[in-house]
Amino acid sequence: MFTEQKPIVSMKGVRDGLLVTLGEGEWPDIQEALLNEVKEKRDFLKGARLALDVGNRVICAADMGTLRDRLSDLEVNLWAVLSSSTATEQTAQTLGLATRITTPRPERTVRPMDTHLEGENAIFVQRTLRSGFKVETRGHVVVLGDVNPGAEVIAGGNVIVWGRLRGMVHAGAEGDESAVVCALDLNPTQLRIAGLVAVSPQKTRKPRPEVARVHEGQVIAEAWNIKD
Amino acid sequence: MAAKVVTVTSGKGGVGKTTTTANLAVALACQGQKVVCIDGDIGLRNLDVVLGLENRIVYDLVDLVEGRCRLRQAMIKDKRIPELYLIPAAQTRDKSAVSPSDMVRLCDEIRPEVDWILIDSPAGIERGFRNSIAPADIVLVVTNPEVSAVRDADRIIGLVEAEEKGPARLIINRVNPVLTKRGDMLDPDDVLELLAVELIGIIPEDESVVVSTNRGQPVAFEGTSKAGVAFRNVARRLQGEQVPFLNLQENNNGFFGRFTRLLKPGRV
Repeated sequence: MFTEQKPIVSMKGVRDGLLVTLGEGEWPDIQEALLNEVKEKRDFLKGARLALDVGNRVICAADMGTLRDRLSDLEVNLWAVLSSSTATEQTAQTLGLATRITTPRPERTVRPMDTHLEGENAIFVQRTLRSGFKVETRGHVVVLGDVNPGAEVIAGGNVIVWGRLRGMVHAGAEGDESAVVCALDLNPTQLRIAGLVAVSPQKTRKPRPEVARVHEGQVIAEAWNIKD
Repeated sequence: MAAKVVTVTSGKGGVGKTTTTANLAVALACQGQKVVCIDGDIGLRNLDVVLGLENRIVYDLVDLVEGRCRLRQAMIKDKRIPELYLIPAAQTRDKSAVSPSDMVRLCDEIRPEVDWILIDSPAGIERGFRNSIAPADIVLVVTNPEVSAVRDADRIIGLVEAEEKGPARLIINRVNPVLTKRGDMLDPDDVLELLAVELIGIIPEDESVVVSTNRGQPVAFEGTSKAGVAFRNVARRLQGEQVPFLNLQENNNGFFGRFTRLLKPGRV
């Protein structure tokens, strides 16, 4: 009974050239089939770059080199051999052939402009933290109220106090030196950023909003300038 | 009658809780109110001494809570004023002899019979403080114009808020106008700025307080001393009266002048 055989060599265009997939069969037959196919379409294929998907076949270096040379005689450039066999992949690499081709990407869908920000975790405290109160989190802390002496704020991220900061505050408690501490009146008992510790100088002037940050290994406080 | 329960507390010791309690009780009673004081400082009682009732103690708070006497038996009547009573603390027990719910039950029992129940809290933030605060309708925090006392007051105010008994009201005790004027003592303005609670009294430093405490005759009895007047003003404010703060300095432009202006309604 005659059954129509699957073509043992199929070609299709990919982004970087032609991808040839080989079907079942012995290597010499396959090679001949491929070369015949190329010869037939010689005019069309002249100068083409060809990637060869050999499946799980193990092909020795001699065979692969021969194929490359014979394709080259036909003015076709073999530039890649794809295989699920690591031995074949290694052989191809030895011969200076690529073993991966970029798979064609699905056409890009145009996404809407990304104006929705995920944000980061923060604790919002809308009260004055009196002596003995403690806020501790790995995220940021925002206090709407004062932080009195004896209160503690410890944050993995930044600390923002919309009020008077007079207690102990530790920003970047997990070692983040880029963390900052902002307050309308920055006058903490002790201020820590990451591993650095600072104490407020005696202030006599009118309180102003300030931000404390690490600058060249030191904690500095400067006017809270939103434009920064 | 449904009494208001007022707890006097401070956190720090020695700022004048007991003196304040005794004087407020006397002042309220002198103003025609029926008052019961409860000494919450079990094991270190003082209120009986300050009120001059030490030698009349038969039953105490712990006897009452443990059912060894009736309420009337534990209430010592002050014979100098018509309606002033004291329930003294036990001296031979400790704070754990009474629980917060005992205090609530006791106050609920007294409430229908009087106008005011004043509880003198012990120093600290432990069991005795919790016992004293549990039945409170109003909490008065006493502080001195000293950094350490203000710190503790801040902590106490926070705890009172956490117990949902707040907002506490503040009494600044032992203010020395001369030292304050020189800048050697915290200004009441500074204290208020930090604590941010309603002020209900400023009591000037007054030698007569020491004398009267030792005699068991609170200054609020007689009408001459500044501290006595100040305590009586606090008692009137507790009853809802608007009373201007004492001018402790001759010069009205001093801090008390500013102070009085700051305390006009509308200020938080």
